[in-house]
Amino acid sequence: AGSGSPLGARLLAVLSRDHLTEDDWDELEETLLLADVGAGPSAELIADLRTAVRVAGVREPAAVRALLREKLIALVDPALDRSLATAPVIGADGLRRPAVLLVVGVNGTGKTTTVGKLARVLVAQGSTVVLGAADTFRAAAAEQLATWGARVGVPTVRSDRDGADPAAVAFDAVRTGRDTGADVVLVDTAGRLQNKAGLMDELGKIIRVITREAPLSEVLLVLDATTGQNGLNQARVFAEVAGVTGIVLTKLDGTAKGGIVIAVQRELGVPVKLIGLGEGPDDLAPFDAAAFVDGLLGD
Amino acid sequence: MFATLSDRLTSTFKNLRTKGRLSEADIDATVREIRRALLDADVAVVVVREFTGKVRERALSAEVSGALNPAQQVVKIVNEELVAILGGANRPLAFAKTAPTVILLAGLQGAGKTTLAGKLALHLRGQGHTPLLVAADLQRPNAVTQLQIVGERAGVPVFAPHPGAQGSAGTDQVDTGDPVAVAREGLAVARTRQHDVVIVDTAGRLGVDAELMRQAANIRDAIDPDEILFVIDAMIGQDAVATAMAFQEGVGFTGVVLTKLDGDARGGAALSVASVTGRPILFASTGEKLTEFEAFHPDRMASRILDMGDVLTLIEHA
Ligand SMILES: Nc1nc2c(ncn2[C@@H]2O[C@H](COP(=O)(O)OP(=O)(O)OP(=O)(O)O)[C@@H](O)[C@H]2O)c(=O)[nH]1
Ligand SMILES: Nc1nc2c(ncn2[C@@H]2O[C@H](COP(=O)(O)OP(=O)(O)OP(=O)(O)O)[C@@H](O)[C@H]2O)c(=O)[nH]1
Ligand SMILES: [Mg+2]
Ligand SMILES: [Mg+2]
Repeated sequence: AGSGSPLGARLLAVLSRDHLTEDDWDELEETLLLADVGAGPSAELIADLRTAVRVAGVREPAAVRALLREKLIALVDPALDRSLATAPVIGADGLRRPAVLLVVGVNGTGKTTTVGKLARVLVAQGSTVVLGAADTFRAAAAEQLATWGARVGVPTVRSDRDGADPAAVAFDAVRTGRDTGADVVLVDTAGRLQNKAGLMDELGKIIRVITREAPLSEVLLVLDATTGQNGLNQARVFAEVAGVTGIVLTKLDGTAKGGIVIAVQRELGVPVKLIGLGEGPDDLAPFDAAAFVDGLLGD
Repeated sequence: MFATLSDRLTSTFKNLRTKGRLSEADIDATVREIRRALLDADVAVVVVREFTGKVRERALSAEVSGALNPAQQVVKIVNEELVAILGGANRPLAFAKTAPTVILLAGLQGAGKTTLAGKLALHLRGQGHTPLLVAADLQRPNAVTQLQIVGERAGVPVFAPHPGAQGSAGTDQVDTGDPVAVAREGLAVARTRQHDVVIVDTAGRLGVDAELMRQAANIRDAIDPDEILFVIDAMIGQDAVATAMAFQEGVGFTGVVLTKLDGDARGGAALSVASVTGRPILFASTGEKLTEFEAFHPDRMASRILDMGDVLTLIEHA
């Protein structure tokens, strides 16, 4: 009988059926859920995978896993440009300005630490760096940043009083970077929850004031790998308010996988550029799509 | 973007409403929506499984109520089960029979421990207590300075014999001092100066960091706390369970504090941690200011996790 007949169709369906049980599929989906990929994206991925498995006639659980790994890597897209723009820029007026990198995110994700680590990397590459302590709110935030500055041997521009205007401090830092001919200015900002309109407006103001002095080369959103589905809200709002150009995924040295960045990257197209792997000055690494996916799948 | 649970249940119920009683298939459909909502709220996978199992079982055994239609009953069951886990053993802070009461704070990096130390201090001072804050995080840059400022804002003294990690040019190896000794001395000082509560701030640590976990246990053993509060960020995802278990095993804790509830995370971690550790959630931290702090309300949290504010009104409309 031709494949158009009911019997042929059924036979074909059976022959091309994968050999995974429902439990196997549930387990795969669970792996994704446990990595914070999210219920929606996980279900979609598994549905796609089931189709792909049927089409390709893959039967072995190990091969299915390998296919999932491939799909995830494709989603994370190894071809994306993840380089950081840290070269000084020449303005329309022919004047040289330092590259300005602004670091933003919700409370406690690792912004200040990331600024410190990033300064370390840049100094090692021979760049001259200035830090700007535009977190004037949180207790001892400027001291914390200045400690990092001292550790890695770069100056920190800060206000001498708490509660100063963060935009003014950011402006001072960029001005100082310009005046001293620095290559890069790294501006640390206060943690702010994305649902706080006043604080998000303040961030908008910081950006407006900075860009009067020099363009922003990068706006880095620091996401904590332990963050669950709220990470997508964070990315959406910060992207809208601050024009995020890259993500730093911190605290990947723990057991959390940071799977939320898959949804973030898919929806916003903003790539993860760096990962944080600890509290020390050298615990910063470039993002590697395959390594990330392997971590996510627990390999 | 997301359909809320209410939206999804409404459409599920649309089919149910016309029927007299729920079939097994109806219940399964409803339970699937609840599962999805719990996962979207970051409730841990193992907790979701157990929870939906329980709800399904209760819904099937159909505790028939004349006042509610079957769909309403499922929602009611869900709400009751949630509140039972979240508030199963809700209680206030435990004080020592003989002062001082010792409170140890522990948790992941950046969870909100130091801020909470200030909040607790202010709260207790307002109740007529005389707390002493102890700066036993000597690791994170300027953690000691931060606690000193927080203490000043709270109007509470801070015992900080060691400056901890602070900027000195060119030094990577900062002398980190001994947090166990600081905690022990802090307790001794509290006794001689007659403080009736001691709150010990510690460095953030990962569940997988065996060395730092041992240090936390050593601090515990040195001061024999009346309360060990596990401080956890409401935005945490599936890692909540592994982390809570690691702290449970590593230091053990008597209660939980959920922080950053002023955000828009649904806070499924609350359910996860309460469910896998059986420890009560004592407080909710709801802002960066020291006054933004309150007792934990299980019913509000249940509504938040499942978007139940709306769901409960469904009971009326279903
Ligand atoms: N394990 C681990 N800890 C980290 C990492 N990055 C930062 N931390 C720790 O996380 C905590 C918070 O880091 P900060 O750099 O102060 O975070 P922040 O985003 O500046 O915080 P706020 O300014 O208060 O919003 C500190 O204890 C850091 O040492 C990381 O990659 N791994
Ligand atoms: N919005 C909000 N921010 C909070 C809350 N609790 C703490 N924070 C902020 O979260 C960040 C980290 O708080 P900390 O108290 O320094 O956290 P920690 O656990 O002591 O951090 P480490 O000592 O680095 O492990 C700071 O920016 C705090 O202001 C809260 O309930 N809501
Ligand atoms: Mg900071
Ligand atoms: Mg702290």
